[in-house]
Amino acid sequence: MTRAKALPVVNHAETSAARSAVGFDERVSAAGLTLRAGAVETLQVNVGKLCNQACRHCHVDAGPKRTEIMSEETAAQIVEAVGRHGFKTLDITGGAPELNPSFRRLVAASRALGAHVIVRHNLTVMFEPGQEDLPEFFRAHGVEVVSSLPYFLAAQTDAQRGQGVFAKSLEALRRLNEVGYGSEGGELALNLVYNPVGAFLPPAQGSIEADFRRELRTRYGISFNHLYTITNMPIKRFLDYLRRTGNEERYMRKLVEAFNPQAVAGLMCRSLVSVDWTGRLYDCDFNQMLDLGVAPRLPQTIAEFDPRAFAGREIVTAAHCFGCTAGAGSSCGGSVV
Amino acid sequence: MSYYEEDDLSRFAEMGKHRPDLFEKFMAWYEACQEDGALSRREKALIGLAVAHALQCPYCIDAYAQSCLESGSNMEQMTEAIHMASALRGGAALIHGLQAHNSVNKVSM
Repeated sequence: MTRAKALPVVNHAETSAARSAVGFDERVSAAGLTLRAGAVETLQVNVGKLCNQACRHCHVDAGPKRTEIMSEETAAQIVEAVGRHGFKTLDITGGAPELNPSFRRLVAASRALGAHVIVRHNLTVMFEPGQEDLPEFFRAHGVEVVSSLPYFLAAQTDAQRGQGVFAKSLEALRRLNEVGYGSEGGELALNLVYNPVGAFLPPAQGSIEADFRRELRTRYGISFNHLYTITNMPIKRFLDYLRRTGNEERYMRKLVEAFNPQAVAGLMCRSLVSVDWTGRLYDCDFNQMLDLGVAPRLPQTIAEFDPRAFAGREIVTAAHCFGCTAGAGSSCGGSVV
Repeated sequence: MSYYEEDDLSRFAEMGKHRPDLFEKFMAWYEACQEDGALSRREKALIGLAVAHALQCPYCIDAYAQSCLESGSNMEQMTEAIHMASALRGGAALIHGLQAHNSVNKVSM
């Protein structure tokens, strides 16, 4: 893929977000709906952009050269907030969150406070120096592991996540299975995430989950609990891909045409608040990457978080929100309809 | 102007402009055909892709290539479906060779 020969003069503010001919709020209103949050049950923490991988669809633009990671002080504020506000779930993401020096303390302290902890674990990070015992660490703290595996074949997975990632991911899944993750009816949850490898919508979750279960078991002897389908968001690296390949307009049109009013009730922004590596608050991880903070009238940092102010809050939206309402809907926990 | 425009695919609903009743009937039937039934959506999308190639309809090829991806098929499966369509087209041509043989034999000593 080659870039345009001449770089056009662009207005950054206009080009850093996806474009849509139809406004998200107008489409929600036209369906007779109002998008408002309920009570905040989940605190989703993005501990930074450092990652051992540099996936082609990454909405965080994470990679090995990124230096923006959460400090020990901010991580301590997260733990304090978990204790003070009693979030049911702490959902830790990145980058590869395990590469943050505060990661293990954050997990252990939050579990000790009674929070359910989800780690968005990219699988290959367990082969980085000092991370070899991650499966045992996850098991010791009863962490729910959620891992991306875009397809059950190497070509598609490596095309999205990098050469050799599929083979390493299989090895990591085997390690997780060995310590007890992913068995049917077991307490150690290993959930996979399917992202389309390109500019198209994900298949029905139940259908592709059945394919993954059959293929991963028969081809590789691997088991898992659930598969979540997540729509690729037109943000950062995936948006760059859409533009480079001339797919932005068609993809955005696809998302808008697939708008499903029934997906609105289950949107993740209605039950979570997202915090970035500096402690700032957002309605979701996607808004975070677009620098769209929570509504100005609300407390802006995790240190100032107030559950009463956030319950029932208005949600900040933009064109990328059509990604979460397309078809069966999309959230960090998969489809929502 | 080209006879085939990519954007025409998304303008298909304009075919309902003059006889909306007929178009609505067609769409209701068409959409019902796509639903999960004794065959899955994915199997139906692969049949659609094969037929699209047999018909050599560029709109249908584009639409069903996307449908196959969005119902979880991979390129190996899609390529096998296309080979099925091609094999049937090839076979259909070849079996007609017997008509040529028959024609020739009828007038030959």
